[in-house]
Amino acid sequence: MTEEKTDTKRGVSVTAQIAIWAFLVGLLALVGFGLNRARNPMAVIGDPVPEFNLVFYPGYEYAGNKEMKLSDLQGKIVVINIWASWCKPCEQEAPDLEAAWQLYKDSTDVVFIGVDYVDTPAGANEYLTKFNITFPNAPDLKSNISSILNRQMGVPETYLIDRKGILRQIKIGPFESVNEIQTMIQSIQ
Amino acid sequence: MKKVLHTLIFTFLLSVLFTGVALAQSNTPPTDDEVNAVAHKLYCPVCESTPLDVCPTDACKDWRELIRTMLADGKTEAQILQHFQEQYGARVLAEPPKEGFYWLIYLLPPAIILVGAFFLFRSLKEWTKPKAAASVLGGAGSESSPEKDSYLARFEEELKKQK
Repeated sequence: MTEEKTDTKRGVSVTAQIAIWAFLVGLLALVGFGLNRARNPMAVIGDPVPEFNLVFYPGYEYAGNKEMKLSDLQGKIVVINIWASWCKPCEQEAPDLEAAWQLYKDSTDVVFIGVDYVDTPAGANEYLTKFNITFPNAPDLKSNISSILNRQMGVPETYLIDRKGILRQIKIGPFESVNEIQTMIQSIQ
Repeated sequence: MKKVLHTLIFTFLLSVLFTGVALAQSNTPPTDDEVNAVAHKLYCPVCESTPLDVCPTDACKDWRELIRTMLADGKTEAQILQHFQEQYGARVLAEPPKEGFYWLIYLLPPAIILVGAFFLFRSLKEWTKPKAAASVLGGAGSESSPEKDSYLARFEEELKKQK
């Protein structure tokens, strides 16, 4: 009987146990809060795309502005292409994207935006010059935009947003032709 | 007064001399070692978990060239790291910044070690207790509990009755 009593007294006291659990729960809450704060809202097909800002590369602008918000494009069909200068498949689709933009640039109904994912300024400049890209292009600072757009696989990826700001389609990988780009846009026109 | 004036002139000449040396040094292009010293504190933003100084991809070569250009422009290591953080996020830094949520990385491990050490110390103390108790029980019994005393008294009484 006496031995049993001695055994129950061994181990961690109730106060210490409460302290340990409080510490662990507090720690988990802190980590959860931090992760939740760091996480961007993510776009889902059929839902409005969360707001983000673009600061264009030198030489590029939209409606005379060097910076803009996605909400500035409400009422237009927006084609957002995520690319990088180190990405070979991006080079494959770059001429087609620029050719497609030439078809829509005067329509005022469709806007193309290039978002350069994790790149060097020199590499980006070389790429934009090489393919003579004229539609507005901006770096994806801190990968914020690709995170909001919920980038699926890698680059290139293209996102089609309708006039109400709702994400309609995601194209993973490069476009094969100008016609493919046109077909995608026409599907929501 | 003359002495003070001489000291001032001497200090001025020295500062002019060292500024000249510093300017002359800044004109020399940064060496690979200087570039790699900064690149070592960064990770490749694309191919994760690869330090920038040893990353073999073309993109990493471009980033190292960017570091070289920034060093040549007179940017400090801190300014270059700051630039990379602004462009690609804190994930490219080999050493997370000491700010906000990242403090957990620095504070949590020592806190866990301290808590662990406290419980280890407590447990060691507990483990040594039974031996001490056993030696006390085996001894004169001077530290026995009142419960045990009454039991012994009753036991002795019963023995006397038997006699």
